[in-house]
Amino acid sequence: MTAPVLENLKLDAEGFMTDPSQWTKEIAMEIARQEGIETLTDAHWNIIEFCRKVGQQSGKAPTLRQITEGAGVSTKELFALFPKGPAKKVAKISGLGKPEGCV
Amino acid sequence: MTEEKNRHMAFICSKGNLDMVYPALVMGWAALGNGIDVTIFFTFWGLDMVNKARVDHLEIPPLANTSMKMNMMGVPGYIGIPQWMGILPGMTPFATALMKSKMKKLGVPTVREYLEMLSDAGAKMYACKMSVDMFGLKQDDFLPCVEKIVTAGDFMDMTEGAQIIFI
Repeated sequence: MTAPVLENLKLDAEGFMTDPSQWTKEIAMEIARQEGIETLTDAHWNIIEFCRKVGQQSGKAPTLRQITEGAGVSTKELFALFPKGPAKKVAKISGLGKPEGCV
Repeated sequence: MTEEKNRHMAFICSKGNLDMVYPALVMGWAALGNGIDVTIFFTFWGLDMVNKARVDHLEIPPLANTSMKMNMMGVPGYIGIPQWMGILPGMTPFATALMKSKMKKLGVPTVREYLEMLSDAGAKMYACKMSVDMFGLKQDDFLPCVEKIVTAGDFMDMTEGAQIIFI
């Protein structure tokens, strides 16, 4: 069953949002819950906001290394905040597509 | 509910040339980013990757490397580098510097930095006991990312059910 906030959301086959303008903080919180992150803390939001900014500028989700360098967060913290596969999780929660690029 | 075992990939790194150390680093990083467990085992020349004295000095020789063409230096087409030129002093450092500068432009981290990223992201790394003994090395010679020196048998135990990639 889809949560009410996620209704009418345009998604691709892998569950990434295809229209970043549909994104709201409530949607982010709901997707995070589905990805196993119960509450988004300030540290999470710092990363999400950085990804949103990159997404708005380039139309693409940043890679993990761009996040660690750009948002001033260590690799350890990033993997602790978004455990088990931060690459896709961060992009999904931020309402962006799958990150392109290898690093 | 039965607990599903997480996907696990194990890389065996047996080479120390600059071009051959990157595959495991790139794939390992991608695996961790996608929530896959990663184990890396360093053996033979692959120990150079995690040897404190060697990690920043890995090289690529143009000699006997038929894929390295002059287009790396901006010469159009695929004109080869004559093999005899490869034996000239300075050719290996030259090719190495060229490759490093190309990777830097692409934002590819250095080997040392990559290993630190992998370690921070949870990759487990081990050195092969037989190779360590053969080269007369000890735990202290390795970067801190190397958890310990293990035998081939230990490696088998650690990688049960994993997808194994030999490089």
